[in-house]
Amino acid sequence: MSTSVATIPTETLTAWESTFNQLADLLLDNLQAGEHLSIELAGEQSHFMRLNAGKVRQSGLVTDASINIRLIANQRTAYAGFPFTGDLAVDSAVALEQIQQLRQDLPQLPEDPYIVLPENYGSSREAYPGQLLAPDQVSAALLPAVQGVDFTGIYASGPIVRANRNSAGQQHWFATETFVLDYSLIAPSEKAVKATLAGQTWDQTAYTDQIQQSITQLKVLDRPVKVIDPGQYRTYFAPAATAELIGMLSWGGVSEASMQQGGSALAKLREGKSLSPHLTLKENFSLGLVPRFNSLGEVAPEEVPLLVEGQLVNTLVNARTAKEYQVKSNAASAHEGMRSPEVLPGTLSTADILAQLGTGLYLSNLHYLNWSDRTGGRITGMTRYACFWVEQGEIIAPIKDLRFDDSLYEFLGAKLEHLTDTQEFIPCVDTYGARSLGGSLMPGLLINDFTFTL
Amino acid sequence: MKFDLHQALNHLDLNADWVGLRQVSEKTTTHAVRDGRPQSNGRDFTQGVMVEVLAEGQFGYAATNRLDPASLQGAAEQAYQQAIATSKWAIHSFTPEVRPKAVGQYQSPFQQPLDLISVADQLDLLVKVCDTLHVSDQIVKTSAFTQTLETEQIFVSSNGTDTHQTFGFVITNYEATAQDGSIIQKRTDNGPLARCYQAGSEVFDPDQVLARAQQVGEQAIALLAAEDCPTATTTLVLAPDQMMLQIHESVGHPLELDRILGDERNYAGSSFVKLSDFGHLVYGSPLMNITFDPTVPGEFAGYAFDDAGMPAQREYLIKEGLLLRGLGSLESQARAQVPGVANFRARSWNRAPIDRMANLNLEPGQSSFEEMIGDIESGVYMEANRSWSIDDYRNKFQFGCEYARLIEKGKLTKILRNPNYRGITNQFWGNLAQVGDANTFAMYGTPYCGKGEPNQCIRVGHASPTCVFKEIEVFGGAA
Ligand SMILES: [Zn+2]
Repeated sequence: MSTSVATIPTETLTAWESTFNQLADLLLDNLQAGEHLSIELAGEQSHFMRLNAGKVRQSGLVTDASINIRLIANQRTAYAGFPFTGDLAVDSAVALEQIQQLRQDLPQLPEDPYIVLPENYGSSREAYPGQLLAPDQVSAALLPAVQGVDFTGIYASGPIVRANRNSAGQQHWFATETFVLDYSLIAPSEKAVKATLAGQTWDQTAYTDQIQQSITQLKVLDRPVKVIDPGQYRTYFAPAATAELIGMLSWGGVSEASMQQGGSALAKLREGKSLSPHLTLKENFSLGLVPRFNSLGEVAPEEVPLLVEGQLVNTLVNARTAKEYQVKSNAASAHEGMRSPEVLPGTLSTADILAQLGTGLYLSNLHYLNWSDRTGGRITGMTRYACFWVEQGEIIAPIKDLRFDDSLYEFLGAKLEHLTDTQEFIPCVDTYGARSLGGSLMPGLLINDFTFTL
Repeated sequence: MKFDLHQALNHLDLNADWVGLRQVSEKTTTHAVRDGRPQSNGRDFTQGVMVEVLAEGQFGYAATNRLDPASLQGAAEQAYQQAIATSKWAIHSFTPEVRPKAVGQYQSPFQQPLDLISVADQLDLLVKVCDTLHVSDQIVKTSAFTQTLETEQIFVSSNGTDTHQTFGFVITNYEATAQDGSIIQKRTDNGPLARCYQAGSEVFDPDQVLARAQQVGEQAIALLAAEDCPTATTTLVLAPDQMMLQIHESVGHPLELDRILGDERNYAGSSFVKLSDFGHLVYGSPLMNITFDPTVPGEFAGYAFDDAGMPAQREYLIKEGLLLRGLGSLESQARAQVPGVANFRARSWNRAPIDRMANLNLEPGQSSFEEMIGDIESGVYMEANRSWSIDDYRNKFQFGCEYARLIEKGKLTKILRNPNYRGITNQFWGNLAQVGDANTFAMYGTPYCGKGEPNQCIRVGHASPTCVFKEIEVFGGAA
């Protein structure tokens, strides 16, 4: 079938940009002597369609935006967050009330020795318009292709805005229109083919082609499930599984503050340990999927190498941490997590994965990772979706899910044998509070003697 | 002109079978101090309305933070359009029976109003907490965090629903990190953010808070010199601040009907429980009694009505080990044809409600703490969650705690660090050997139960006595 493609009205974005700038002008014009202010906007117009068994479970639209202002005066700082409705009269009344409240709060706070004053690091304006399905056409575009299979997941689309202004004169505006389809095709065995389709332009043919490919992959999951005993196995991690393992480093890993405060799993890398020479990890903003500016308005370098050939060469540092510990900022986010991570590819060709694996486990996805001993770098988690037992380079059967528990100093160290020579883009699909931007670029990993415990 | 939700409902021009408006306004105040210095202080305010429309057997929704009649009319039309456009593909044909008429009010209990404490007094307390946590120079980091929320929720509908619920929430966290060379140990006040209540500023009583901070600091130091938890299959005793997590992950999530109906299979996961198990499955030992109870005063997830308008009441989900009832809303009950509870809950105005936990509790038993420990020849006692992971069917779990004690010949002896245990849900609850009495019972919660597509974090409360489990695999940290 042919489906017409329409953009969600962009008038709202234009109106938001104009209202945001007028509101920011008003707040900045009203500052008193000695006050500094930064103003952030985050907003979206989203269509969310929840799908189960090829049917629609819930569908709706959310228009949501909010402002966060940070006031600094007399070596003290506090923030206020409030709705951005796009109605200048409503928003300016609330904004002025909030700034008055902050003026009452500030003198009650102790002095903050690590305050970072707003600076003008340069301004930017980026807009990436897309071609998205109109909200009333989504079910007709998605569902005919998946009748007869158990298709479950979420479609989310629409414009997203991030912007900031500050009292030093800096202005940033980032607007993009994106969609993410995040789905599972579930076999009668309850194993699943998990995939995503994301971008800025809906292409009906690309969608139906990908679904056909997923349906083909579903067939191999129909074989009886094999129970594997806990133990150590040669294990291949597909790029989505790699993204889960590497993603843990955003949670008490690569942050300089966590390193300084006894909370980093990578602390041993500062004490002389190293990881595999095959492993290189960096922040790469040249992908253009997330804004390079952070909440302080600092602009990150296009690339920040973190691990180079197994050596920790940088941590992520924001200006506040930089001031506290007298190190150099690289414009990291408030939590110093990765925003656009990339693991460089290796030399293992896709065609050789099973042969190189030989006998062991092929894992498409992982689930519910957590540190089981952060200082020791130990991570536990589960296998999920399409995971297989492989013998002598042949897929034998899907497995009953296994729990792993192993240290990154081992599995990203001497046990890391190969990385694939191609990477996949793994979109960030989180929608807690708001739709996420960006994703990661990851190869597959072949690891020897990976430890499974349950 | 003040926005009035009833008027907005009356002014809607829409040819739908049912329409509901749910308005949420929430003010959050956050104070965080690290090492005695301000870390993050501020206020957040959010408000908006979700319009839900039922047409041709399908619900559509639209949410906006613009509170004026024209914007709500626009949202209602978008919601209607979604219902119509997707009705042909609907997973179930719903009727207005899943949105019964509800009229009433709720107000969180409190002894002293939240705004009784000034910002200056609050900061003064948090700085003192940091000083108190810093019991020695081996404490390398102290932090003190408080968050208070005032939430108002109004729900009106075309079939006469009119509910008004006002909540006051308090969340605190006090923690100390101790370091001796490469050994690092963190101790918190019953687990990170575990102290979550519906309450007022009485929670900030300085004597009680500082006494707890002193203990947290001392135990962090004691852990530095402690032995690692041994690797053994032994008797495990869990304190209420770890039972909370055990109940949440291995009872709460698997009993959610939307998981069993498959809605979560692409995200949070499914369940080992089947619809045919209700009324039949032996979930645990006969000592196991689990209640869903949004009526417990002061527990974190109390309310009078869920977001479908169903009145909240206490229900046994598991009685004497037998599974009776699921965590399923009116929509899930209509789809699944099994008994459920009032648990259709949305994070805020910008998300649609789904099946959630609320207050989910293990009822107290008969054994005193001393009797339980006294009966154990050899075992491990664990407190306060620090690590959690479980599979998507909620079978194979591994949990870690902050603090443990060895049990030898009926007595608590050495302190143990890096305690972990693992198991499989049904077997684990089958090994529940003793349930503590009301003196061992304590109430906690978390603001961060994640689930749903789009994702939603929700507040849940869990209360439990201390419990004893036989033959559990325990182990320590990395070699
Ligand atoms: Zn949860």
